[in-house]
Amino acid sequence: MTEEIIIAGFGGQGVLSMGKILAYSGLMQGQEIAWMPSYGPEMRGGTSNVTVIISDERVSSPILTQYDTVIVLNQQSMDKFESTVKPGGTLIFDPNGITKMPTRKDINIYKIEAAQLASDMGNQKVFNMIVLGAFLKVRPIVDNRYVEEGLRHSLPERAHKLIPLNMEAIEKGKAEVVKM
Amino acid sequence: MEKELKLMKGNEAIAEAAIRYGADAYFGYPITPQSEVIEYFMEQNPIERTGMVVLQAESEVAAINMVYGAAACGMAAMTSSSSPGFSLKQEGLSYIAGAELPCLVLNVVRGGPGLGTIQPSQSDYFQSTKGGGHGDYRLIVLAPASVQEMYDFVQIGFDLAFKYRNPVLILSDGIIGQMMEKVEIGPQRVRRTMDEVIKQCPWATTGKTANRERNIITSLDLVASRQEEFNRKLVKKYDTIREKEVRCECINCDDADYVFVAYGTSSRLCMKSMDLLRKEGYKVGLVRPITFEDYRWSRRESKGIPHYRNEHRTDGRRRNARSKRQAPS
Repeated sequence: MTEEIIIAGFGGQGVLSMGKILAYSGLMQGQEIAWMPSYGPEMRGGTSNVTVIISDERVSSPILTQYDTVIVLNQQSMDKFESTVKPGGTLIFDPNGITKMPTRKDINIYKIEAAQLASDMGNQKVFNMIVLGAFLKVRPIVDNRYVEEGLRHSLPERAHKLIPLNMEAIEKGKAEVVKM
Repeated sequence: MEKELKLMKGNEAIAEAAIRYGADAYFGYPITPQSEVIEYFMEQNPIERTGMVVLQAESEVAAINMVYGAAACGMAAMTSSSSPGFSLKQEGLSYIAGAELPCLVLNVVRGGPGLGTIQPSQSDYFQSTKGGGHGDYRLIVLAPASVQEMYDFVQIGFDLAFKYRNPVLILSDGIIGQMMEKVEIGPQRVRRTMDEVIKQCPWATTGKTANRERNIITSLDLVASRQEEFNRKLVKKYDTIREKEVRCECINCDDADYVFVAYGTSSRLCMKSMDLLRKEGYKVGLVRPITFEDYRWSRRESKGIPHYRNEHRTDGRRRNARSKRQAPS
């Protein structure tokens, strides 16, 4: 099994940390991992994306042109990455801020109202965990208990009390993801 | 003891490795894509953890000269930069090589020439292998292809640096520096005491005692014949390093009709290509040089395939069979 994922959105949406939590979860499950951020001169704001590869085999390059799963969280990322989903692959997006819906017919497209759900939960910061939940529902490549361990390893100790809230957000994402 | 596995960027792994190795000092100056090295150090507060000094210098030139000073005292000192900043360190490296001091330097290569780009590249190959600064000198160059090797090569690098009293370069790139992979972390080593430093480095400027002559660290000798003698000595040292310290990884070379030769990040791409080509029935192998001192190629006469001389040791995780064929000298 090899799953090649890109998560793309605005800086500050938790794109990189979501990728890190996913990667750590894969690591806890005993898999080979690569996590590669797009690094540029921007400090905050601007677009941000991260490639995560979870595999049974040694990972070759973390720089890819096509992905099994593309997660887009803003319109710029949709414009840039819709075409990079492998035929038969998966596209997950949050419609909040999306003005042009995806048009491809040869891929599986899922929608998750993560921004709305996070605001309903009263905590914008769990936005990325709702998206992660949606991903894990559609592509169940990592077992739930490893996700929890992944959270434990990637969050600093002082934030460990927030793990139950994050797990709740992940469950929310799993429940609310919709196939288009 | 259970293995400690962590997910780390290459830049973070190298900093953690230096702390765990028991290094004495790091002097740095930020530049993309290697700023995480000093950021990680600062976050870890090594002065508390092991007593290691970490300092942000006022420039790259200052940083390498601080390494020069620390190394002269027998300290295990390191610095890091990325291509344009690493060019600035060349003068200092030449002095350190001329004074025969051990140190560890890291170049997380980005594209050039000039300020170039902040994206990864392998374009500092010639600078790294031909010395880089003025005068006839060579660095010992180690090229990691994974975050794990970024970690592992710190120990190997420092050990080689002290063994040969020569600067060691870890030649990485923006991908390996920025990418997170899993890393197996080794145990914390205790930093050497001053007595141990004096014992290990009798040449160092650790304070003159009654029972020995002054130790003088310099790269200057105005007597031409002595300088010539010194250059001959250096050549001898580099020859020994070439003979004894060559490392490479050879994969599927035994039956290969074709071999890729690539180091670092590029070797990972070639490995994937090799796997895909093998599935289609092409006998393809890969040679991954880890040290760069020497290429000794020969041609396999029947097929005209360059063949890597293969008495070299490797410490990397090896896959499949390694070639045991000895090339004609």
